[in-house]
Amino acid sequence: MSERKRGWKTLPKGAVPYKSSKDYQTGDWGVAKPIIDRTRCSKCTLCHFFCPEGAITVRVDGYTEVNYDYCKGCGVCANECPVKCIKMEMKK
Amino acid sequence: MSEITLKEMSRKPDALICGGRLCAGCDETIVVRQVMKATRGPTIVTSATGCLEVSTSIFPYTSWEVPWMHCAFENVAALASGIEATIKAMHKKKEGPLAKYPTVDVISFAGDGGTYDIGLQALSGAIERGHDFTYVLIDNEAYMNTGIQRSGGTPFGASTTTSPAGKVILGKTETKKPIDEIIIAHGTPYVATINTAWPLDVMKKARKAIEVDGPTFLHSLAPCSRGWRFPPEKTVEIGRLATQTCVFPLFECRQEKGKPVYELSAPSLAIAKRPENKKPIEAYLEQQGRYRHFFRPARKEALLKELQESIDTRWQILCEKAGV
Ligand SMILES: Cc1ncc(C[n+]2csc(CCOP(=O)(O)OP(=O)(O)O)c2C)c(N)n1
Ligand code: SF4
Ligand code: SF4
Ligand code: SF4
Ligand SMILES: [Mg+2]
Repeated sequence: MSERKRGWKTLPKGAVPYKSSKDYQTGDWGVAKPIIDRTRCSKCTLCHFFCPEGAITVRVDGYTEVNYDYCKGCGVCANECPVKCIKMEMKK
Repeated sequence: MSEITLKEMSRKPDALICGGRLCAGCDETIVVRQVMKATRGPTIVTSATGCLEVSTSIFPYTSWEVPWMHCAFENVAALASGIEATIKAMHKKKEGPLAKYPTVDVISFAGDGGTYDIGLQALSGAIERGHDFTYVLIDNEAYMNTGIQRSGGTPFGASTTTSPAGKVILGKTETKKPIDEIIIAHGTPYVATINTAWPLDVMKKARKAIEVDGPTFLHSLAPCSRGWRFPPEKTVEIGRLATQTCVFPLFECRQEKGKPVYELSAPSLAIAKRPENKKPIEAYLEQQGRYRHFFRPARKEALLKELQESIDTRWQILCEKAGV
């Protein structure tokens, strides 16, 4: 992030923000992180739809997975999981 | 074009990606993620100024994986109108970069400030001219990005920084504008209320709205932990309570031979059929700091009764319109 930002003369036309926000990790925002207990997960995929960050993706085997580089630790997934198999764990 | 099922949609990549800087637990991005799942193919998005726009385009970063445009606070619908007219012209002339795509979906996202107040004339004009686009109102019931100021979408009694509950007033003294009715009165071909607590319902309505020819309007209630004052993990739960208490009923309205035809959506229809399942408004209010003065230091019975009655009346009117 230390590199110089581009000025208006060198920006592509009509496209002002030019870098993907994937380069801006928000994983250190939260104080807690969700842990999924896959032995109880019903693969309903709801946590994927409820995560405000899009940090929960569905794997090929149907289980969901958290990307901790972006998870903000809001706890919505744990609060909404119908079988309550997501637990928020305090970070060390 | 993929079918709208949870399974299919869960595999569709997001149009709005990680790395945005909205508060943890914000419903605005949940709305966008769910609505954007329903797009058919190439899509262009316009955003009004607000938390979503600011926090997904902080220079030099963008969280949008689709062409996205912000111009000013008040003109999101005008921007969409121009884009839609351009696409139409390219299709008609069979030339230009977008001519080759059979469909290009145009979607606008705007807050309550950007819709009830400052963007209303641009929206009204775009609907009157009949532009084929989908307008998504992300209603968190105040101007959140600038520090929780009351808007035309703030409900009666809610405390905001410009309608602060205290010795002089008990939160906002005016009522919320009936925005859905205002939009339906334009003869808008499709209007629906959406709630992220029911993702499948959101995506199905969004697909319908996109497929309908002409302007369409989706109204989402978007709980905001900062402005409504509740812990972030409660976002979806509080949204759900809004529908379960009939504060925010879910319905669709299409036009048939110049007449609006209302239909209640499953979660609200279930309540209409079994009214004993309707929760009292306290269940919704007491979880939010913006309504704290309803309960503390003393319970305001008269105020609660007044609010419950007005919610009941609005619910009854909607049920009558929907013929249930
Ligand atoms: C013409 C104009 N007036 C005021 C502002 C300042 N402003 C930026 S965001 C914002 C609040 C937006 O509120 P809302 O539309 O409800 O969206 P939210 O942030 O709540 O999602 C305001 C007042 C502006 N950018 N442009
Ligand atoms: S805690 Fe919040 S941000 Fe993290 S995965 Fe769950 S819903 Fe997403
Ligand atoms: S919400 Fe719970 S049960 Fe459903 S997929 Fe996620 S972790 Fe599994
Ligand atoms: S203030 Fe509210 S609407 Fe804005 S980012 Fe935070 S939670 Fe979302
Ligand atoms: Mg707002």
